[in-house]
Amino acid sequence: MSRITNAFANRKAFIPFITGGDPDIETTEKLVPAMVEAGADLIEIGIPFSDPVAEGIVIQEADERALKGGCTTDKLFDMVLRIRQKTDVPLLFMTYLNPIFTYGKEKFLSRCAECGIDGIIVPDMPFEEKDELANVCELHEIDLISMIAPTSKERITLIAKEARGFIYCVSSLGVTGVRSEIKTDIGKMVQKVREVTGVPCATGFGISTPEQAGSMARLADGVIVGSAIVKLVAEFGKDSVEPVSEYVRSIKKGIEDALK
Amino acid sequence: MKKGRFGHYGGQYMPETLMMAVQELEEAYGFYKNDPDFINELDGLLKNYAGRPSLLYYAEKVTRELGGAKVYLKREDLNHTGSHKINNVLGQVLLAKRMGKTRVIAETGAGQHGVATATAAALMDMECEIFMGKEDTERQALNVFRMELLGAKVHTVTSGTMTLKDAVNGTMREWTARMDDTLYVLGSVMGPHPFPAIVRDFQKVIGKEIKEQLMVAEGKLPDVVVACVGGGSNAMGAFYEFIQDPSVKLIGCEAAGLGVDNPKNAATIANGTVGVFHGMKSYFCQDEYGQIAPVYSISAGLDYPGIGPEHANLSDTDRAQYVPITDAEAVDAFEYLSRTEGIIPAVESAHAVAFAKKLAPTMAKDQIIVVNLSGRGDKDVAAIARYKGVSIHE
Repeated sequence: MSRITNAFANRKAFIPFITGGDPDIETTEKLVPAMVEAGADLIEIGIPFSDPVAEGIVIQEADERALKGGCTTDKLFDMVLRIRQKTDVPLLFMTYLNPIFTYGKEKFLSRCAECGIDGIIVPDMPFEEKDELANVCELHEIDLISMIAPTSKERITLIAKEARGFIYCVSSLGVTGVRSEIKTDIGKMVQKVREVTGVPCATGFGISTPEQAGSMARLADGVIVGSAIVKLVAEFGKDSVEPVSEYVRSIKKGIEDALK
Repeated sequence: MKKGRFGHYGGQYMPETLMMAVQELEEAYGFYKNDPDFINELDGLLKNYAGRPSLLYYAEKVTRELGGAKVYLKREDLNHTGSHKINNVLGQVLLAKRMGKTRVIAETGAGQHGVATATAAALMDMECEIFMGKEDTERQALNVFRMELLGAKVHTVTSGTMTLKDAVNGTMREWTARMDDTLYVLGSVMGPHPFPAIVRDFQKVIGKEIKEQLMVAEGKLPDVVVACVGGGSNAMGAFYEFIQDPSVKLIGCEAAGLGVDNPKNAATIANGTVGVFHGMKSYFCQDEYGQIAPVYSISAGLDYPGIGPEHANLSDTDRAQYVPITDAEAVDAFEYLSRTEGIIPAVESAHAVAFAKKLAPTMAKDQIIVVNLSGRGDKDVAAIARYKGVSIHE
């Protein structure tokens, strides 16, 4: 069983996201094990990109801070290698296609495998273009995570059939960022996935409170929280380990309470 | 070959949320481009509203002074709203209307595409919102007011480099949030499929007219067609009709800013490498880690770190050549054409004029260069004055 599959077995997975290198590599390197300690089941690390078109202002600014702080793809690989010595938690890279393409697809995925990355999420590479990376991901046994959105409709079947690891279920229209409510019928999206595959569904975009996380956990197999955590990192910078840990614990509790 | 490709380039690299929207557009365009009613209505608008066909003007004084090839100017600057952008927006806004959309959104650099979109939206009763980088709203303050006058809402984009690429990011983000009643009217031959093909089809009227008009005036094909290239819509429009005529040289002029060896430039073919950004695979100015470079040009319309995928393919296959033109050369050409022919070109178009100035003297007197004068320069007068250190009250 892969580390990702294992993380979804017998539990609803909580997946926090942070932008790698925000505000610096040292902080990210401390945040990852701290979040595991606080209850994270998988962790998504963003490789900062100059022009993240699927992100709202919070993650855009985090990417800018990280790049300004000198973060590079190579520095993040080195960091993941060090983190891997300490934890077995599944680690995912989230980044845009251009940083991967320009680094060299083969080189990027082989370094992912070396460093112990389990999966990658590429928000600007839809199903129609996934040949770009699918084979090389398979070669290195890295799960290429598929996304489905409220607008996917019939596409859900198409996408779910070839999904690996888990399916990233985008909860709302628009870019990433905190939302007061989620209007999409997540249950229906998940049901559509279930018709063709047993690959688990984790939902993200807009989730920030323990209550929201709890209600999403009832509908899906996992919950992804990004902007709310990145906001804490923006506020506390190098001192964000404690507030982030506390926040992660509260979300994890929200998920567990909802399932009692 | 996969759909929406020009050789290796192009494609549909978009967030899943927008895939439905681009596929809906693809399907609608596939139908309406062959629909006689749509074609007739668009032809009518181009003729009676935009003022097509635009003139093909023989620049006799320029020709005489340069002492070589005959120089013709394709006067897209005389179109309604002052540039070639109107050709595309009339097509796309009409298409949006047929698709049942009630709102259009668009990016703009210099403001030409924003003004054109706001104009077409006013004419066709559509809501209109324009995204423009903060730096460009300052360089082109008059165009901001012009768009507002036409009933559009202008959003100032303050992320990234606050120029054209950030305006595209802003418009894409807005489209992701609202697509049921909204069409993104993209201004250049870029972005995900089907935009590069749609914009090229709506702009190819330029080359078609050049061919017909020159046949009447000279009874032959041009030897060279020159156009400026940012994303590349006026160039693609001018080139397309001639791609199958191997005797016609096609030359795109990129903005080299302070020079191709200076970091402050926007010469994508000269300095870029292959990447995937803004929905397409093409050439981009970027660093070794794929971070998009902060590019620069005096011209807000050419200040873009990428180039349309069809141009990338024309360059790889050597069917077209792309040359860098600096700010200084463009400003010199701006003044030269104003003084010599009484025609003030857009600073974007002045890049093409600058190359023609270098090329014409090297050619024979019976040869012909057509320069696509993509826009008029009224919008640039204040910026050129600033560049020259002249203080004027706008």
